Parts: sequence; structure tokens; C-alpha cells
Amino acid sequence: MGANGIMLSIENLTIAYGNIKAVDNISLEVNEGEIVTLIGANGAGKSSTLRAISGIVPYSGRIRYRQEDLRGVAAHRIVAMGMAQVPEGRGIFGNLTVMENLKLATWQRKDKGDIPKDYERAFGIFPQLQKRRDQLGGTLSGGEQQMLAVARALMSRSSMMLLDEPSMGLAPMLVRDIFQVLCDINRAGTTILLVEQNAHMALSIAARAYVLETGRIILSGPGKELLGDSRVREAYLGVDA
Amino acid sequence: MTYVLQQLLNALQVGSIYALIALGYTMVYGILTMINFAHGDLFMVGAFLCFVAAVTFNLPFVPVLLLSMIGVAFLGVVIERFAYKPLRQAPRVSAIITALGVGLFLENFTLALNPYPKQIPQLLENTTWTFSGLSVSSLQVFVIILSLVLMWILDLIVRRTMVGMAMRAISWDKTVAPLLGVPVNMIISVTFAIGTSLGGAAGVMYALAYPVIDPYMGIMVGWKAFIAAVVGGIGNIRGAMIGGYILGAVEIMVVAFMPSTYRDFIAFVLLLVLLIFRPYGILGKPHPQKV
Repeated sequence: MGANGIMLSIENLTIAYGNIKAVDNISLEVNEGEIVTLIGANGAGKSSTLRAISGIVPYSGRIRYRQEDLRGVAAHRIVAMGMAQVPEGRGIFGNLTVMENLKLATWQRKDKGDIPKDYERAFGIFPQLQKRRDQLGGTLSGGEQQMLAVARALMSRSSMMLLDEPSMGLAPMLVRDIFQVLCDINRAGTTILLVEQNAHMALSIAARAYVLETGRIILSGPGKELLGDSRVREAYLGVDA
Repeated sequence: MTYVLQQLLNALQVGSIYALIALGYTMVYGILTMINFAHGDLFMVGAFLCFVAAVTFNLPFVPVLLLSMIGVAFLGVVIERFAYKPLRQAPRVSAIITALGVGLFLENFTLALNPYPKQIPQLLENTTWTFSGLSVSSLQVFVIILSLVLMWILDLIVRRTMVGMAMRAISWDKTVAPLLGVPVNMIISVTFAIGTSLGGAAGVMYALAYPVIDPYMGIMVGWKAFIAAVVGGIGNIRGAMIGGYILGAVEIMVVAFMPSTYRDFIAFVLLLVLLIFRPYGILGKPHPQKV
């Protein structure tokens, strides 16, 4: 457990693609047990931030997970350290069955004996997936793929889950279901960093939130508070202040 | 009728060798979307390792086969690490040129060590049975069965093991696999090891069937196996197997019924015609674009 309960800390993170800065000197923290959300419009730098945390884009600044510097740690080792990811666009392997998609996420686990229990847990949360367990990932609907992406992240039994726009392309009903599941997963002990464009949903479940605009954090605070903030309401919730 | 059966048997033998080599092309393509044009020369190295193991070390067949497969696999992994990996983000054409260069290097390095063709000793007893005009050699049967066994093992690895699952996942989406904890570089190395070891096994079997080997023997065979892989659907493992046997059958049937000089001409025409009607090959599918 990290001292003072900080699970993930990001200091002065800058990510540049050529001359364009996608993320410009941001700092943020996620405490153990929290749901923290990073909201912002398309192109604000949310996904780039997640990619830096997972070790797949180069960056400057410092990212630490449980006090350990993640610089130079390979992406698959970061998973082994306890951080799972639900990638942008779900990242389902369309040529693998539902079961195989889940199984692959157990690659880094040492406790192979507990894996069957976790399939049951995942299928308990998403009974629909159990019916489709031998179907190829590519044949699932968008909602089912998103369920599979979350279930897959659960299979790695990580203490922290990063999610990149789980609401993307889903009907409002399904979005509510997925967010309910995220709350349940969080209550069961998983810390969550949630990147979202759907600011309303994200803010309503997050303990704390950061608002990202063109690569900078322009606002931060408790989720409920930002939900009432006039700037947030105007820019992201489509409500006149 | 007997004549056709006889030719079919020959086709199975040649096709097995093409299929084994084609698997190496298709596996590497599947995981890296790159054509390893040095693969035909790795097949040649397999034949030469067979010579070294059999003549220099005087080993019997099974150790010869294993040594060649392991040696070629090791070489394949080293080539990937030092020649291809640094170019993974580079334009595709750079990787292709590098692969051609590695192939030329292997040919000329082997030539420098072996200026004259080598004769492979008879490692397996070869008896020929005759059934009402149909003559079957034990070597032929052995090549066909061993190839099928190797392909069956490969199929099991790809379909049933975690490593095989990871290979398939990476061929679908290389960027997501590491986010699930899959060590992509290791899987790429394993893919090269398996794919090139099958090429090495093909080299040994080819050397047993056609026992005079030279450093350029991999060029034409390599091109044809590449055609087989494309005909079957490059990136598709079962496609490579089917493509190998189709190419073997076409070649043998051309020789059986037409002047033998038409053989390679017809084989290459087959590739061109098939690609016009099925640009992704027999079992290949267009890869869905990621959104």
C-alpha cells in the first residue's frame, strides 16, 4: 500500500507528438479506493494521458504507481504491477472467442488457481457474456464488447483500472449499466481512473475530477462540485449556466 | 489412373514441403504484417545444418532433424532481434529491403563456407513398395507424415495454448495486447522461432528427397512457398497449408501432362490469376479497419 494512500501520481506530465503538445505539464493524483475522472472534449489529451500511464507513448515528467517510477517499464510489466486497462474503442480481439479474450488477460497472474472463480465473478456481473462465451469477439454488439472489455480488465485482478471512454457509442441505458458496474467494482476495492467525454455520468460517480482542455488541467475538485460548476455545465454538460 | 494416383502422391510430397515453408511466411506476416524474404534462405540453412549434423557430426536422423530445426529457429530469432526489430516503426519497404539483404547474406555466407554443392548421405532407409503399378517410397510417406504431424502440432499450439492465443491477438491488434499484460516482443520471438524451425524441418526433408544441396536452393523454393502462402491467404495458417498442397498439385500435374519447362510459368500464372479473383487468397479475409 502506498504511504498516505496515493496510488497513482502524475507530476508535470508533458506528451508531444512532433511539435504538437497533446498534454502540457499536468499533474494529478489518484488515491487508493477512489474513482477519479478525467473529463474533457475530444482531443483534450485524455487518451494520451492514459497511454503515457500504460507505457505506450513517450513522455516527460514523472508517473508513479505505488511510489514506483513507471518510466521505462514495459507496458505488459505495468499490467503485472496491478494496473489493468479498458482501452479506447474497447480493443476486443475480434478473432478470439469471448472466453479467449478473458483468458488472455490472465497472462500476468501468478495465482492461476483462482482464475476459474474470477470467470464466474465476471459472468455473474455480465450474464450476457456467459451465453456468448464461445462466440468470436467480432460478432458481439457494441454494448457486449464494452462489457467484455470491462470483464477482461477484471480478469487481470488488478488493484487499479484505467478506462478510456467506456460510454463511447453506447445507448444511454447501457451506459448507466456499465457505470453501475464500475461503482460496484470500485466498492469491491478497485481504484478507478476514468477518462470520459460523457461528463455528466462520469462526474456523478467520481469522488474527484479533473477537467482537461487542450492539454492543460483547467479545473479540478470533487465530482459533485464540478457537476454544479457553471463553467463545466456550460462547456461539457450542454446546460446554460 | 495409376499414373494420376502416382502423381498425386508426388504432389503430396512436394506440397508438404511448400506448406511447411509457407507457414513461416504466413506466421511472420500475421504477427508483423511483414514478409520475411529471407525465409527461403533459412530453409536452405536448414538443409546445410542437416549436412553438418549428418556428415561432420555423423548423427542419426532424429538428432539431425532436431538440430537443424533448433539451429534455424535460433538464427530466425537472432535475425528478427537484430535486423527487423529496429525497423518495426520504419516504412514497410525498409523492412522488405532488409529481409532481402539478410537473404543475400545467408546465401553468400553459406557459399563462402561451401563453394561446391554438398551431397547429403542417406539418413533413412528407403524402400519402395509397389501396389499394382503404383510405386510408393518409404521416404515419400515419411516426408508426408512428418509434415502433417508438424502442422498438426502447430495447429494445436496456435489454437489451444496461451502463446497461440497471444499470437492471434497480436495479429488482430498489436497495440492492445500489451495493455492486457501480453509480452509482445517475446511472442514475436516465439513466432519467428516456430515459423523458421518449420522451414528448417522442410530443409532437412528436401535434402533427404533431393540430396544435392547448394546455397541458392532456397531462392526458387522460397518464392514458391511464398506464392503458396499468398494463394492460401497470407496471415492465415490453414490457408498456408492448403496453398502449399495446391501449389504442389499444380506443379506436379503440369509436369505430368505438359512439357516440364511450363512448371514454374504455370505456378506463377496461378498466383496472378487467383489474386485477381481473390485478392486476399483462398482463406484470407480483408482485415477490418479499426475505428
